[in-house]
Amino acid sequence: MASTGASRSLAASQRPPQGRSSRQDKYSVLLPTYNERENLPLIVWLLVKSFSESAINYEIIIIDDGSPDGTREVAEQLEKIYGPDRILLRPREKKLGLGTAYIHGIKHATGNYVIIMDADLSHHVSNLPCPVMKQKEGNFDIVSGTRYKGNGGVYGWDLKRKIISRGANFITQILLRPGASDLTGSFRLYRKEVLQKLIEKCVSKGYVFQMEMIVRARQMDYTVGEVPISFVDRVYGESKLGGNEIVSFLKGLLTLFATT
Amino acid sequence: MTKLTQWLWGLALLGSAWAALTMGALGLELPLPCREVLWPLPAYLLVSAGCYALGTVGYRVATFHDCEDAARELQSQILEARADLARKGLRF
Repeated sequence: MASTGASRSLAASQRPPQGRSSRQDKYSVLLPTYNERENLPLIVWLLVKSFSESAINYEIIIIDDGSPDGTREVAEQLEKIYGPDRILLRPREKKLGLGTAYIHGIKHATGNYVIIMDADLSHHVSNLPCPVMKQKEGNFDIVSGTRYKGNGGVYGWDLKRKIISRGANFITQILLRPGASDLTGSFRLYRKEVLQKLIEKCVSKGYVFQMEMIVRARQMDYTVGEVPISFVDRVYGESKLGGNEIVSFLKGLLTLFATT
Repeated sequence: MTKLTQWLWGLALLGSAWAALTMGALGLELPLPCREVLWPLPAYLLVSAGCYALGTVGYRVATFHDCEDAARELQSQILEARADLARKGLRF
């Protein structure tokens, strides 16, 4: 019990006072990429557009894991177009996993908020200001995108995929009671120091990593807000998730069930 | 306490209450209709929990929002993005 109390006061003391000037706020978007040559310029363009339209200070950090398709070369072109203060290239030699990509990205992030998302255009980014507003509204530590609430939803999913998604979400809600409706979504905004603390705690890989982040956040008494998001199925390229998606999901779920 | 231990505690509590009542360990003389209901109660609960789960998931699948508008908007933005990026000198 003592440790829970300690983490609560720690978390509370780290929360900056409310109503701080938004002019100081800067948002660092972390984009881990692997073979996203087609999608990367489009997502960057969309991000730049919605950030500049709402006058939000931002930077986009591209962490390419040595993609063989030339993602890095496209990223270099983007850096030239938008400038090295907006687009930061922080590539790594080979594919090393999502968790370490975020650690790597945070090291270079100069913003006080970090947005993490997939670079595959599966998240509709035109409503990007929403999580930013939501965070300010409730002074949340984390704002998580959800497909299961409000106007949120999916596009291009057949009945089978919908049933699996809803079923998996139902079981997760029953077993973990995580306090957030979408655990496997990967469109989130974090306070930088909160993300840093959470990543240190999380041990899962890949798919389960996103789940663990939210579950641990609840354990550590961080506040989580939610905004509806549209998940538009991959426009270009093949989904990287294979047939063992369900097995690894169940394994991860049971691990979290038994350890948190 | 992990979620697993919470569940085990809850199940143990309910299970022992049920066992005590059906075995008559408390020395209570329950009327026959009560005992007849009590004996298969766990099975009833299990079945209704299953029905609740199926009903909830079914309802949520049926009402899962299809974002046609978002998809269309994204497609048009992609065309716009491609044109603008090409103008800025990006080689795809």
